[in-house]
Amino acid sequence: MCGIAGLIHRGKSSNVGKELQDMLQALKHRGPDSTGYALYADNDGQNFIMRFKVGENVGEGSTSVNEDESVYDARKKLVDKKLSDLGAVVVKEDRLTPYSFRYEIKYDKDLMDFSKNIESIESVEILSIGKSLELIKDLGDATAVSERYGLDKVKGTHAIGHARMATESGVDIKSAHPFWGYPFADVSVVHNGQLTNYWNNRRALENKGMRFMSECDSELIAVFLAEKMRSGATLEEGMKESLIGLDGVFTYFVATKDSLGMAKDTMAAKPLVLYESDDLVAMGSEEIAIRSILPQEITTYDPFDGEVKVWQI
Amino acid sequence: MANLKTSAKKTKAQSMGMHTEVLTGKTQQKFFNPDEAENFFYWGTHDVDFNKRTELDVKDMDCKMANDKIDRLMSEGYGTIVIKNPQGKHSLGVGILNKLNLIFEGSLGYFGVGSIDGPIVKVNGRVGWSCAENMMAGKVIVEKNAGSCFGAAIRGGDLICKGSVGARTGIDQKGGSIIVGGDAGAFTGFMMQRGRIVVLGDVGINLGDSMYDGTIYVGGKIGSFGSDAVEAPMEKNDIDWLNRKLSVAEIGNNFDVSKMTKVVAGKKLWNYDALEPTEKKGAI
Repeated sequence: MCGIAGLIHRGKSSNVGKELQDMLQALKHRGPDSTGYALYADNDGQNFIMRFKVGENVGEGSTSVNEDESVYDARKKLVDKKLSDLGAVVVKEDRLTPYSFRYEIKYDKDLMDFSKNIESIESVEILSIGKSLELIKDLGDATAVSERYGLDKVKGTHAIGHARMATESGVDIKSAHPFWGYPFADVSVVHNGQLTNYWNNRRALENKGMRFMSECDSELIAVFLAEKMRSGATLEEGMKESLIGLDGVFTYFVATKDSLGMAKDTMAAKPLVLYESDDLVAMGSEEIAIRSILPQEITTYDPFDGEVKVWQI
Repeated sequence: MANLKTSAKKTKAQSMGMHTEVLTGKTQQKFFNPDEAENFFYWGTHDVDFNKRTELDVKDMDCKMANDKIDRLMSEGYGTIVIKNPQGKHSLGVGILNKLNLIFEGSLGYFGVGSIDGPIVKVNGRVGWSCAENMMAGKVIVEKNAGSCFGAAIRGGDLICKGSVGARTGIDQKGGSIIVGGDAGAFTGFMMQRGRIVVLGDVGINLGDSMYDGTIYVGGKIGSFGSDAVEAPMEKNDIDWLNRKLSVAEIGNNFDVSKMTKVVAGKKLWNYDALEPTEKKGAI
């Protein structure tokens, strides 16, 4: 079990950080191990936002090995050196926890090479790159993660998030959702379910040059979609292909800079409740996620098996 | 007590594709004897007065608190209880074993009104997964949509959704009726054993997959038939029953039930063969 939630405001921005926090907190019972946010914020769009980590959170039930903070400092220096070598200019940097950073950078070359270079440093993982996407994930429930990273004031148009119960991999940040759709800027994925042809797909995608950072089966969806888009498919086409290419039971959300999508497997084995109006779409694994931001009586429904939907801002 | 083996009711049921198996041997079932009513005690039930009405706001309660409160109100004789602000909470109104008018002004989460035996429930919103699971008797009316596993394993009563329902509606159904005003998802009637499912709209793939018995009526398009689910001719009994049931359910006004598709078990699966268990093992 895990809990997923997402919302998109159409034609306006809102306090999506707080809204998603409330939705994910309502789903805490579905996944108490870690919480992740992919917020599409009202940034100026001039620079890339790179969120990355140089180590793991070793508290809060983590399965990771403890490391000295000086190791994190050394890795950060290596990242700064690599950025300089790649010609990226760091406009602003924030250290949010001992192991996680938010950089605003100027960079106009290939993101795949860029990411490979940065991630060649031991234990360094880029959580996201985008001009709008702010991807934050850490151990703890939605409120704890939001307070740790100051998310409740973030304004934006849309967001997806995940409350994780670790089943197939460790309690750590690298296995937490959302997953970035490497190497595409501003693409993120959250998933509830299990994929049963993970290794077959992973081997095939790695042979095509795609990268996996964890052994979490959910990461496959992000990589699968990214590879389809790299081959020229639209997001919606890639999602429809995923219903055939991915085996197992799943409901997942994917977001890009200007859209939000959902897909449900052909067995409809994983839950999803959806509310849709002219100016807002909100969805989650359970109705209580939606009720946390819309307590008034509204009409919601379950999408059917094999359904794919995409909304634009 | 009526002899079901020879009654006209049984003959009629059989002609509609139900209750065709022969039950033999000892039964665990104890039948109610009106002459011994004063000795009959149904644990957990209350004598209530429908005219005694109250409201309960569950906005700040968890499901256990809310259900305890409902139970206490019934023990005080309240026969009509209106629940305010259910707000999608799970497991509300479960385990009610007596007559009661229960009205939810809003939506329910998972496992709403499960394992009930007798109440009349109205939900003026939507219900999540597994609404009325294991219902024995009573009537549940959902005004909006319902999630998956609607009416899972119900044994009796009427379960009505005026909107659309998710996948696996009536999974493992053992009796009673499920009526859906809109569409239904995949695997509707999956492994159903008895009872009836009526869907006025479309249904998804694998309709009636591995059903043992029972009948499914579909008004719209069928995604695909599941294993051993077959179409059967509509009889006059079916049409009469559907018209009466839809009228009572206040759903599908003027719907032409004669054009519905009737689906029953083909009874060709392995569980209908005459092999002994050891022979089955050999076959596997």
